Amino acid sequence: MTTVETNAAASYQRFMPADHPVQYLAPDGTDVESAARYARTSDDRLLEMYRSMVHGRRFDQQATALTKQGRLAVYPSARGQEACQIAAALCLGPQDWMFPTYRDSMALAARGVNQVELLGMLAGYWHCGYDPKQYHVAPQCTPLATQLLHATGFAYAEAKQGRDTVALAFCGDGATSEGDFHEALNFAAVFRAPVIFLVQNNGFAISVPLARQSAAPSLAHKGVGYGIGSEQVDGNDPIAMMSVMDEAVNYVRAERGPVIVEAHTYRMDAHTNADDATRYRKADEVEGWLARDPLSRLDAYLGGAGLLTDELRTEITVSADADAAELRAGMNVEQSVDPEDLFRFVYSTPTPALLDQREQIAAEIAAGELS
Amino acid sequence: MTTLTMAGALNAALRDALTEDEKVVVFGEDVGTLGGVFRVTDGLMRDFGDDRCFDTPLAESGIVGFAIGMAMSGYKPVVEMQFDAFAYPAFEQIVSHVAKLRNRTRGSLTAPMVIRIPFAGGIGGVEHHCDSSEAYYAHTPGLKVVAPSTVADAYSLMREAIADPDPVIFLEPKRLYFSKDDIELTKNEPIGTAVVRRPGTDVTVLAYGPTVSVALQAAEFAAEDGRSVEVVDLRLLSPFDDATVAASVRKTGRCVVVQEAQSFAGVGAEIAARVQERCFHHLHAPVLRVGGLDIPYPAPKLEHFHLPSADRVLDAIERLQWNDTPDLSTAVSV
Ligand SMILES: Cc1ncc(C[n+]2csc(CCOP(=O)(O)OP(=O)(O)O)c2C)c(N)n1
Repeated sequence: MTTVETNAAASYQRFMPADHPVQYLAPDGTDVESAARYARTSDDRLLEMYRSMVHGRRFDQQATALTKQGRLAVYPSARGQEACQIAAALCLGPQDWMFPTYRDSMALAARGVNQVELLGMLAGYWHCGYDPKQYHVAPQCTPLATQLLHATGFAYAEAKQGRDTVALAFCGDGATSEGDFHEALNFAAVFRAPVIFLVQNNGFAISVPLARQSAAPSLAHKGVGYGIGSEQVDGNDPIAMMSVMDEAVNYVRAERGPVIVEAHTYRMDAHTNADDATRYRKADEVEGWLARDPLSRLDAYLGGAGLLTDELRTEITVSADADAAELRAGMNVEQSVDPEDLFRFVYSTPTPALLDQREQIAAEIAAGELS
Repeated sequence: MTTLTMAGALNAALRDALTEDEKVVVFGEDVGTLGGVFRVTDGLMRDFGDDRCFDTPLAESGIVGFAIGMAMSGYKPVVEMQFDAFAYPAFEQIVSHVAKLRNRTRGSLTAPMVIRIPFAGGIGGVEHHCDSSEAYYAHTPGLKVVAPSTVADAYSLMREAIADPDPVIFLEPKRLYFSKDDIELTKNEPIGTAVVRRPGTDVTVLAYGPTVSVALQAAEFAAEDGRSVEVVDLRLLSPFDDATVAASVRKTGRCVVVQEAQSFAGVGAEIAARVQERCFHHLHAPVLRVGGLDIPYPAPKLEHFHLPSADRVLDAIERLQWNDTPDLSTAVSV
């Protein structure tokens, strides 16, 4: 490959996709000899990661259960994607921002977003549910790939103001086919925006397999054409995820430029609770991926290394159960809604037409026609 | 007093805003070295640096989405869409995110910005260069939609749009870019009011952007026939200034709405409905619309068939039942 003369060329080539996803742990939790392309994350952080992954999975399970009780309109599960989402949350500093999608709730919970607020959108109370500024987490985005541009503009603007902010934007494999994905990569490269694009390649966009999204050697390779450093990683290998994400954050912060990380993973449940995944994938495929479960992989490794005792396991499970119980209890309390909210946040001040409509709603409430 | 073209007045407004507020940034396609295809950003990059006024990759969704992120971080982007029909790739970002960010986040995050769109026709442009897309934006809650018709308003409305805490779609009538006037560079009141351009007593003609001069011309002709026409320049389509419009129509008892855009489901339909709701008992005739034909914007050699002319406005005025016996069969819009 010839070297293109750009200001970015020298540094981004440090980050070129390997032929195979970076992997530190085999599915059985044993070390993979050939790894070590990146500094390996510490055992302390791996224990933190384990704790957070157990909590993440429990949260996901609880949210799924809440759909069955009618508490949530819908829930897009991320079971199987714990390593990706938790690594994403843990690699960021408090000043950094996340730009997530609907499927990244576990990452948000790990970031510290209040669980009940986090599900406020799916429970139907409020489109965002939480205050983005409080957690440095943009609203979960539903129109695919659109948030990647917000992350890019935001990262650029923060750097321009001399702030040391990294923006981490999430998307799925399907979203890489959208125009905004490409526009975001291009803008980020041209403007040297400190943004990480984390593509969680879970194999499917609802029912459509990866082969229908892309014929590229990998989704990480898409960075190459834009002059963006890129890497692919085993998304079910918690050590690899953490090591690569740490490196990505360091790189982005130091170089003030973007990076794309493709995490190869699998969505163990259907697209949402409303989807029937048996229509488009076979049971043995799912079985195969269950054997690569990121949580049991880390459990096996930490257990084998003598870092995770049964006692600690129990302690973590109990604490995750307690969180889930708290979430259940929180979601069982019917929150009040304020009809004034309908009009308060459309413009900075309600227009005359909105004031008329506000009066109309107030009158209907007063007449007992609405409550 | 300074003599300026509308493009020059817009340039002066951007210049003054860039000087006063360091968070204002101007970007888009060809806005830097070239100064924009209509020269509205002429010299801004030279004078303020390519940090404040810069060219982006050629991608409209990218420009608007990037502006959202910058706005979230505290900037006030003023972005240029090169031509009306080339703003469509950015439509999703505009309606799903620019318009809704405040609402989705209960005001925690907002996306105040100005999206400048050279719009409408009458310049003999080839296809995709002459669309009137205002209805799409006016139909979107969360956006303000502005269209100046005078050089002075171009300056003032642009200053107000930049100062506004809400996102503004700023529609610049292409055919007026090089119209000239002597103006004071002053800011008026915040965005929100229509203005009476010509007082009259017999009929109100409502117009905006490129059709205001058409309405004024029709008013001149009508005066020769002894009809006193009041011309109201709407200036903003959203939020709509019902008060100024209703006061005028209640006074005159007759109303014609003029728009260059295709008529069906256009802004004029909304305006006619609002006038009828508010002024029914004052009206001597149905509100009529004079609009473009319901066709894709025609090729240059045919555009004069499409564009509302002063004659068509006059025709509509004549059909407003000036006799005592109403004849509803004539209440058909062009
Ligand atoms: C612009 C747009 N088109 C279609 C949809 C409907 N939709 C929601 S999720 C989805 C699949 C997304 O797949 P992928 O990007 O791989 O993410 P995943 O759901 O697997 O996490 C589709 C088509 C949407 N949300 N936005």
